[in-house]
Amino acid sequence: MPTVAELAGQALQKEDGPSKAVIAAQRLDLTFQTNDGPVHALKDVNLEISKGDFVSFIGPSGCGKTTFLRCIAGLEAPTGGEITVNGMTPNEARRARAYGYVFQAAGLYPWRTIGGNIKLPLEIMGFSKAEQTERVGRVLELVDLGGFEKKFPWQLSGGMQQRASIARALAFDADILLMDEPFGALDEIVRDHLNEQLLQLWARTEKTIGFVTHSIPEAVYLSTKIVVMSPRPGRITDVIDSPLPKERPLDIRDTPEFIEIAHRVRDGLRAGHVDD
Amino acid sequence: MKSVLPVLTVVGAILLFWVVSVIPMNMHLTADQAQRDGLVVSPATPTERQAYSGLGLTLKNTGLISHTYVLERPRLPSPHQVGVEMWDTIFAKKITSRRSLVYHGWVTLSATLLGFAIGTTLGIQLAVGIVYNKAMDMSVMPWAIASQTIPILALAPMIIVMLGAIGIQGLLPKSVISAYLSFFPVVVGMVKGLRSPDGMQLDLLRTYHASPAQGFWKLRLPASVPYLFASLKIGISASLVGAIVAELPTGARAGFGARMLVGDQYGQPIVTWAALFAAAITAAVLVGLFSAIERQTLRRMGMQAA
Repeated sequence: MPTVAELAGQALQKEDGPSKAVIAAQRLDLTFQTNDGPVHALKDVNLEISKGDFVSFIGPSGCGKTTFLRCIAGLEAPTGGEITVNGMTPNEARRARAYGYVFQAAGLYPWRTIGGNIKLPLEIMGFSKAEQTERVGRVLELVDLGGFEKKFPWQLSGGMQQRASIARALAFDADILLMDEPFGALDEIVRDHLNEQLLQLWARTEKTIGFVTHSIPEAVYLSTKIVVMSPRPGRITDVIDSPLPKERPLDIRDTPEFIEIAHRVRDGLRAGHVDD
Repeated sequence: MKSVLPVLTVVGAILLFWVVSVIPMNMHLTADQAQRDGLVVSPATPTERQAYSGLGLTLKNTGLISHTYVLERPRLPSPHQVGVEMWDTIFAKKITSRRSLVYHGWVTLSATLLGFAIGTTLGIQLAVGIVYNKAMDMSVMPWAIASQTIPILALAPMIIVMLGAIGIQGLLPKSVISAYLSFFPVVVGMVKGLRSPDGMQLDLLRTYHASPAQGFWKLRLPASVPYLFASLKIGISASLVGAIVAELPTGARAGFGARMLVGDQYGQPIVTWAALFAAAITAAVLVGLFSAIERQTLRRMGMQAA
């Protein structure tokens, strides 16, 4: 039986509706003070991400794509402009545990089993023991790692470790998943496989995903919205709404639509390089 | 097990060097004794023999070589003499006897263990303070380093005397010196270990909105365990050295240090050497014990031993 509060929460979620922006940035600026003088990491970034979007941020290194993701996560403080996550400031959203974050490296604790690693956020957030066990089993199935609960990280391949880290980010049911080049260190075949799995996972969980990458095929294959960025200063040069269907087999990458979007992304990236 | 052969080779080489060295080292004493016993020695008088080196004298009196190994008070005891003395004082004596090395070993070991416990506790506490408190970070480390530059041999008698003046005697003053030597490696290792989690791992905890206490118990402390063990192995042997050094300048009646002192003062180098080896074996056993605990712990934690 759901409690009254849970029913109210569900009603509230329905009211918010899919149209309302989950993440909204207006005129966002971020300048780092370094020993070599100020670095303009983000300049005048405007973006709206709706519920259920899969948004990729693509661009050369130094374009601020990771910095922008970290701003959403409240790990970096903007020096100008405004950004809201679920209608809150990023810091409030972080305290409300609104998102799961997947880093470039899996970063599993070597002294914890896979199950223990996934329990980490649950322990910190104070879930009951029974609920922890139930959730670990569920998210491990979700990333296809059922039965690996008692293994230690070093017993798993790089791709499996990264899947475990995604499971860890999913464990506490945040609506937003932020991923910072999660497959960057993996080889092409493994990456293809994980991309496919990630799409299935996104379809099943209906999460809003922010995904940083520097691979054009990866961005086009995964996203409903592709944000092309360029460096010095870090800014958005193009936002492409993908016309590809939600159902995407791997060979969709050979279709004319796919190639056309990839072209547009490449053009956007090239335009950003003009001032080099 | 692969290390057995290299280790035995080194031990063999050291033993060989030792056995060979005994002859020239003891030749003068042997010749004097032989002369008193009425044997033919060349040259005939001690004064004349002083002109020769140990090696030179050996070449002139090759017949006396076997005698160099059985002197009652040799300059350098032979390995078997030390071995016999150790057998006598470790296994053949009742452990309550004042001549038992087990008795003396326990006296030193108890001070070592207490000092090690104090030093390790202090070291961990200081390391946590240094990592979490900026003021302590700036102030404690330079003093910790400075403390280790003072020769312990100069400091030990002062500590014993001062503690004695305020009525603290027995085990504790020795333990204080053990702790003084053992806290430092623990501080250095633990500071490094507590700081070993990288920015990404700390960011991960921030995304969970973890409290500083959770960050300590769930990330920093477990991450520091391999570093702690490396420090503990250095710390325990430093503790033993500390306890022995504390026994030397104060005329302690019991302990490895006391045995070494007795051997020195009464011209019984065999006693000194036996105590020296017993202390070395004790240290090796202690370090070996911690290595075993380290392997067990790290295996259970899913980490390979560093």
